[in-house]
Order: sequence, then structure tokens, then C-alpha cells
Amino acid sequence: MNERTARLRQESLDAQPALSEERALLVTKFYKAHEGKHSVPVMRASCFRYLCEHKPIWLGEGELIVGERGPAPKRVPTYPELTCHTLEDLRILNSREKTRYLVDPACMDAYEKVVIPYWKGRSMRDRLFAELPGAWHEAYGAGIFTEFMEQRAPGHTVLDGKIYSRGLLDFKADIAASLAALDFVRDPEAYDRREELRAMHIACDAVILFAKRHADLAESMAGREGVAKRRGELLKIAEVCRHVPAHAPRDFHEALQSYWFCHLAVITELNGWDAFSPGHLDHHLLPFYRRGLEGGSLTEEGARELLEAFFVKFNNHTAPPKVGVTAAESGTYTDFANINLGGLLRDGSDGSNEVSRLLLEVVDEMHLLQPSSNVQISRKTPDAFLKHALRVVRKGYGFPSIFNADAVVEEQLRQGKSIEDAREGGCSGCVEVGAFGKEAYILTGYFNLPKILELALHDGADPLTGRQLGPHTGKPDAFASFEALFAAFSAQLAHFVEIKIAGNMLVERMYAALMPAPFLSVLTDDCIGKGRDYNVGGARYNNTFIQFVGIGTITDCLSALKRSVWEDGLLPLPEFVAALDGNFEGSEPLRQRLVNKTPKYGNDDDFADGLMVRVFEEIFSRVDGRPNGKGGHFRVEMLPTTCHVYFGSKTGATPDGRRAGLPLSEGISPVQGADRRGPTAVLRSAGKMDHVKTGGTLLNMKFTPQVLAGEEGIEALSRLVRGYFKMDGHHVQFNVVSAAALREAQAHPERHRDLIVRVAGYSDYFCDLSAALQEEIITRTEQGAPG
Amino acid sequence: MNARGLIFDVQRFSVHDGPGLRTTVFFKGCPLRCAWCHNPESQVATPEVMWSEGRCIRCGACREACPTGAIAGEGIPCAACGSCAEACPTGAREMVGREMTVAEVVGEVQRDRVFYEESRGGVTFSGGEPLAQPDFLLACLDACRREGLHTALDTCGYAPAEVLLSAARLSDLILFDVKVMDSALHERFTGGPNEMIMENLRALSEVHPNLWLRIPVVAGVNDDVANMAAVAALAAALPAVRRVNLLPYHDLGSEKALRLGRPRSAFAPHALSGDTLARLADPFERAGLAVQIGG
Repeated sequence: MNERTARLRQESLDAQPALSEERALLVTKFYKAHEGKHSVPVMRASCFRYLCEHKPIWLGEGELIVGERGPAPKRVPTYPELTCHTLEDLRILNSREKTRYLVDPACMDAYEKVVIPYWKGRSMRDRLFAELPGAWHEAYGAGIFTEFMEQRAPGHTVLDGKIYSRGLLDFKADIAASLAALDFVRDPEAYDRREELRAMHIACDAVILFAKRHADLAESMAGREGVAKRRGELLKIAEVCRHVPAHAPRDFHEALQSYWFCHLAVITELNGWDAFSPGHLDHHLLPFYRRGLEGGSLTEEGARELLEAFFVKFNNHTAPPKVGVTAAESGTYTDFANINLGGLLRDGSDGSNEVSRLLLEVVDEMHLLQPSSNVQISRKTPDAFLKHALRVVRKGYGFPSIFNADAVVEEQLRQGKSIEDAREGGCSGCVEVGAFGKEAYILTGYFNLPKILELALHDGADPLTGRQLGPHTGKPDAFASFEALFAAFSAQLAHFVEIKIAGNMLVERMYAALMPAPFLSVLTDDCIGKGRDYNVGGARYNNTFIQFVGIGTITDCLSALKRSVWEDGLLPLPEFVAALDGNFEGSEPLRQRLVNKTPKYGNDDDFADGLMVRVFEEIFSRVDGRPNGKGGHFRVEMLPTTCHVYFGSKTGATPDGRRAGLPLSEGISPVQGADRRGPTAVLRSAGKMDHVKTGGTLLNMKFTPQVLAGEEGIEALSRLVRGYFKMDGHHVQFNVVSAAALREAQAHPERHRDLIVRVAGYSDYFCDLSAALQEEIITRTEQGAPG
Repeated sequence: MNARGLIFDVQRFSVHDGPGLRTTVFFKGCPLRCAWCHNPESQVATPEVMWSEGRCIRCGACREACPTGAIAGEGIPCAACGSCAEACPTGAREMVGREMTVAEVVGEVQRDRVFYEESRGGVTFSGGEPLAQPDFLLACLDACRREGLHTALDTCGYAPAEVLLSAARLSDLILFDVKVMDSALHERFTGGPNEMIMENLRALSEVHPNLWLRIPVVAGVNDDVANMAAVAALAAALPAVRRVNLLPYHDLGSEKALRLGRPRSAFAPHALSGDTLARLADPFERAGLAVQIGG
């Protein structure tokens, strides 16, 4: 990267996230002045326009891509209409050790005097919590499930290619046509449609105005700029911002800036879960890139610099802070914007191109927290591209993550999407699948599977609190067989899935009624044509997902129970449950046997893996295909973000030998340390799940640098990926273990039993090696020496 | 398919025992006793008990389970019956060596078929010395061949020629160890002379087209250019030799010897530098052979 990019990158890294009260004050002022005057969509759009008109504009020294959501980089606005932080929340944010957000006295003061007095009782969070029934609150409080929309809007949305060939003025023409076609005689919803379309119209004007304000600022800065080169850049910025996003972009620079304005608009309008993502950026930019190079207006270095400036923009946008349970479940600065590379084109051909490769180089050079990146690997993707990505992976950033583009297509076909829309789809957030630019795919919250088993082992009561949460399904001495226990688990699962879904239906309808997203609707097919909002079912596809957590843990628990209680007769179930209730105090040999001597998921062991499949099918049959509130359906996903830690803190000791309070397994990865037969066995176990029935699964694998050394290491890794994808595996992410992590494994071997190290062609589990050998391997890792 | 053999490990994701991703099946029992052996548990042709001190929680379950009193040190010696390993909750005591049928071996090997097919990998039979269990080995090779798997045989060559040649007919690739060219030195460090091994190698190269020579490089034993030049001259004369691997000695074996309760060996060669290895690879390169350090 050049000197300018290095400086912008460093400034972004150095900036401390801090809350900004600016958005909250503007929204409050607007609502106070206009509440009750407009229909809900027009009110939302007008408030958005008010923001675009009045928020201060930032244009930093040396920037090429411009626009910030807050008043400056990493100044994070709040959304009191969704969640109104309390003063206590603000104090915690300002003082906590991890993922801290500075809150200055002016912000505290604004919240105390203006924001809280207005929004208390009016925010979505307050209104939802008031409406959700007692049983929902009990389950939520016990850590059985979470709910994303209690403090962020339905989001998780990705853009397709529409803004690269059309401008907002073109969309305004579509909106006008839709308005003109309304039939107020025969269509009882014509009024609702008109209000929604009017709102979209206002939202488009708002974003054009926002861009124009940047053009004006750049122009006035150019007038004062002494350095000719920078003056030229500022004038170019002004020209770009006058043209996009009102019109279709004409060059590479305008394409990136147009997306960036759309991105800012979506995340300013509402605080959607997992921000917003550009989707197949490499596909969208390719025509501009080629045309620029051919015409001589662009060089590879120029394109690289613009892309790097674009990446800095993502990194400047720290996720708005969450509160309470949600902060515990997903405590991170990242807002999960994720760029897809490679994959397939609408016609089914390979989508990887020279911009994909350029972007991989940018990902490597920048290695920022945001944006995240992934490669979509199909049967048609050249091995050279896969290996290029793996060479970046090997550096240990944890990205790009790797997806099976063919499975992603198949998953969407199963949900009834057209083949072209499915191919144009991809992944966002962590691993979630959607049809880009055409779908509202709403993530609703995590669901704690081991907790359900804990309830089944306690006749529906939560042993942590003694409260009866679920139905009475039998005390431990009542289960004559494993099947009887499984039936109790199944009954508890059914009970809480009903509560979760009922809650979601209510949440969805409340968002439909109270919190439409007119600008996001402009960008999402077919909202304009239908005259319906993104949150009201305007999108072409509408899927609602529940994220199940702890499949590894629950599989090992069921395996331990089945084997120990009913097959080996090691101890009767009541004694087993008593040992759990005592957190294995005085039962260490039993705990050790459960940890070391029972079949575990992740070892290609059919006994354990069969139970995993059974649990998965049980979840699937209770969730998939049930209607949601927008004309679409509920689906399952298997991913945790960091919720396995929070759920673990709410779950007592478990039959797999896990002590109370420790994390659950994450994604579809095996329990930490349970996989002892190497990476192919893990992939085979994971491959027994029918990934095509999900909307995404997450598998993490760890390697020491020695395993991945040289072209041989890249070759081996690429073959693992291809093998897993042949089994329809959805996603895999490789983490490279650092010397520091090896030290941690040395100190806590019980947590790192699965760590494989390879020395001179021989491999062994790190924790089983003598201290001297461990030292040698750590030294080699520190030196980055190949094995 | 009901023939039985003694196996001490089935290691998946092997990347250094032939092309592609492989599963390596380790046979227990070896006619040689190489001083540098990195798999000391492979030598004895009967099951053994290993004890990993670091994993032991001193619960005493093994002592109670031991039918002979061997663990308490007050009865007849350990007969490796396995009761202690069965009773041990942590896996600190474990049995090395289990009887497997051909069907079990093939079933296990088949599990990673998808990875072999993606990587042009397959199965490697190693040890110990697979040729020391000839009937079982032949049955395994035959069964894997019938399943369409790529088969490799990793051998020290210290076996009757007819056994080696019949196994070679069922193997797509032979990994053949050449340790020291001087027979007296060979006998001193491995417990056996090398004349039969060399004759076998020559005979094999006449009937099999695909040999990789593997040379463990051990300081003080064979890390001299003269020895390597002699191996290179031999290899260059055998057109079937496709590749030579120099495998630098490493110390993982001594760790496992301790777990087997064997005394720490006095044999402790120093590590070889990259420069030395490059120098030792030189005669092979000069002879026009593909030589690789490691792998």
C-alpha cells in the first residue's frame, strides 16, 4: 500500500470507538416536531431526509472515498427509536474493559435531558418487551434463546448489481410508475402502497441530497487547498458525488462511491442486524475495471488505492453498541459487512476474475477487522483461485472464510428461488445465505440446544434457578430407555420452538407496522413493484432464520448418556444427573471417563454422528417451512457468533463432561478438544449433516503453521476444502494457531486437546507432547519455520 | 476378509507417505531395531501398554483393575491384557496394538475416500514392517485394490524376496527405506545386515515401475557425503526410483519410548542443519534424481 493508504489505515486502527449523540438528538427533534402528522412510512422517510440534510459531513485529510455515518471515523451513532440506552448502559460502555465505547459528558447529558425522556416507553425495545408474553421472557432470561430485533432492526441484507447500472433517479422513475399504476378502486391496500412509495421517493431524494452535500464540501475545500494534486482530487470527489448515486456510475471510482453512499444510507436509516454488504463486489466492479484500464483512465495501482480507501471506510464503521443479553452474546466491534469473491454468475459460469484476485491482495495488505471477506468456491472455480485465497488464509487473519458456492445455490433452490437469483446470492454476516438484492432474510436469534436437554433432565425445570420453564416431561428415574429421554428432549424442544416462533411473529408484525425501511426497500427487489416495504414482505423472497447453537455439545451429551447409562450400565440416570447438579465435584473419574472414553462428534464416529444427525433432523422438522409473518418461511441455521460463550454461562454441567458455565461448542464444530482423529475426520463428521437443508452452517478448524507450510501445505488444505464441499459442506474457516496460542495450550491442556502439531512429517496432539518438545515447537512457530 | 493382523495406528490425513491425502495403516512388529526409530511402539509384535504421565490423575483405577498385580509391582509381570487401559478414565493408560480384520481395515480406510479422490491420494501400509504380517498385508492390499484405492507400501525391505514381490504386485507405489550402505554399520544401528535389503531393492526395481527411496538422516550414522553418494549411485542405476526423500531425524520417538516404560536411550544424535541436509542432497541432484528434504 502507498503512504497515503498506510496513514488512513493507521488512523482508522488508532481511532477509539466513541458514541455520538448527534443522530439521537436529530431523530428526537424531528419526532417531537412531527409525531402524528404523517403515515408511518412517510414519517420514517422524512426523518431519514432530516438526518441526511442536517447531520455534519466529514471529509478527512487525503480521503478518496468519502462519507461517514457519524460526525467522524469511529464515532458511532445510536438509534433510540430502536433501543434507547439507559444512563447505566452508557456508563458501562464507557468503562468496560473489552469493546469499550467512549461516552463523553455531552452525550450523557443529551441522553439524560433529551433522548431518554422522549424515547423511554416509545422505543421498539420497550414496546416489544411490553408485548411479548411472560413465557417468552422466562425463556429469554434463562438463556434458552435470544432475539436480535429487540435492539436492532431486521437487516442482514446484501446488495446485488442494480446500483451499478442505474441511479436513484431511475429508481424514482420506477416509483413514480408504481404510484401512477395504483388502483384506488379495486385495491384495498392502495393507500398503504401509496404511503410506502411516497416514502421511498423521499428516501431517494434524501440520499441524493446527502451526496450533494459532500460534493459542496469537497468543492469548497478544493477552493482553499494549496496543493495542486489534492485540489484535483477534491474536485474529482465533488464531481463523483454530484453524479452518484443519483445517476449510474461511469467509472471505477464512481462505482465504489455509489455503493458507499447506499451503504451509509441503509445503516443511517435503521440499525439493521449485521449492517449491509456489497455482495459480489468483484463481479460488479469488473466492467468498470476493464473499461478503465482499456481507456487509460485507470491503472491497477489506482484501482488498488481506491479499493483500499473503500476498505478503510468499512473499518471506520464500528457496530453500534448493544446492551444487556445481546451485548453478552455478540460482544464485538465488527458489524459483519462481508465481501463475496469468486462464486458463480447468473448464467452459471465461474465468477472469479482479475478483480477477485486484486481484492484478495487488498484483503491481505489491509487485514482490517472490517470488512470481512469470503471466497465462494464452486466446482467451476479454478484451483489457482482457491489456492490464492488459502495463501492469504495461511497468514492467520482468520479470513477469507471459504464457502461452497454449489451448496449455497442448492440451499436456495430448496427454498424455492430461481436458479439465477440463487447463483447471484451468496453469504453475508458470518455464513448466512441469501439472494442478494432480492431477499429479506431475517436472523431472529440464537437457540441453546444443550439447555433444552438440561431441562429434559430436570423435568422441565431450570436447575440454575429452580424455576419450572418447560412442560413436565419426567424425572430422571422415569426414563426406562434412551428413547424415552430423547422423547422428553423432543417435547421440550417443541415447546420452546413454539415460544420462539410466536415471539418472532409478533416482532415481525410490529416492525412491519412501526419501523418500515423505505430506502432499503428501494434497493430490494420487488418492493417498488409491489409498493411494499422490506419489513412488510416487499422483497421477492422472505425467509426467517433461527440460529441453533451447541450441536457438538448436545451430540456428545446424548452420546455419553446413551453409552454410559443404557449401554454400559456405568451408572443410573438419577446418579448421573446428581453428578451434573454437583458440577462433578467429587466425581472427577466419572467426568474424565465422559470426556475421554465416550464417542464424540468430530471423529467420524457413526455412533456419535448418528445422534448429531438425529438432533439436526429434529430441529429441522420443527422449524423449516413454517410460515412467517411476511409470506415467507422459517428456516434453520447452525451458527453461534460468540453466543456459545453466553449460552454456556447460562448452562450447568453437561453430560459430556463439560463443567458448568464453560462455553458450548460453536457452530457445527466439535466440542473444543473432542476431535482426536485429525481434520478429515472432522470434515466427515460435519458432512453427515444435510447442509442443503440449512441457511448456513459454520465450521472452524485450527492448524499450526507447520501443517500449512509450503506449497504442499496449500495443496493439502485445498484438497480438504474440495473434499468437504463434495460432501455438500457449506462453509469452513481455517485459523492458524500462533505461538501465543500454543503457550495457552501448554498452560491449559484440557481446553486444547484437539491441537495437532506436525514435525518433520509426523503429527501428534500438542498436549500429549513433553514440555521440551512443546518448547521446540513453540520456538519453531515463533520463527515461522516450515516443518 | 476375516484374516486378522496387529495394527497400532490408523492415521488419517497423512501427507508425507505418498502422493495426495492418505490414510496410513501402521502394522505392529518389525524385524529391525533401528536406534533412531521414531515409532518405538511399532517394534514388538504383540500388544503393549503405554502410560502418558501427563494425562494421569492418579485415581488408582488401573491398579485396582490389574489382575496380576503388575501395576502395584507385587505380582507377576504385565501380560498386556488391557484391563488397566479399559479402566483408565483419562486415556493415560492405553493399549498399543489391536487386532483388526481385513474388512475392518478396509472399512476404516474407505472413510476418507472423498479426500483421496480429490487429491489423488490413497492408502499407505507402513509400520513396523508390514511385510512381517504377509498374509494379512496381501489380503489388505488386494481388498483396497478391488475398491479402486491407490495403494502404497512403506517397507524396510528386510523380508523374504517372494513376500516383497508379491506385495509389490498389489502396490501402486513402494516407499523403500535405505538406511546405511555399509552393512556392518547397518547391522550395528539396526540389528540386521543390509545385503538382503539391497538384493530385494534390485529385484524389486526390475518388476515394479514406481519406487521412492526414503533415507532417515541421522547424525553420526549416515550423515556423510560418501554414504549418500553411494546411495545416489545405486539409485541412479535403478530406473524405477522416481524420488528420494531425505528424512531428518527427530526426537518424537524418545517421548513414546518413555511412555512404553523403556529406559531413556543413550542414542541421542544432534539435529542436522539445513546446510548439512542440502549438502547431503547434492549427490542425488548431481545424479539427476528428484530429491526432497522431509516428506
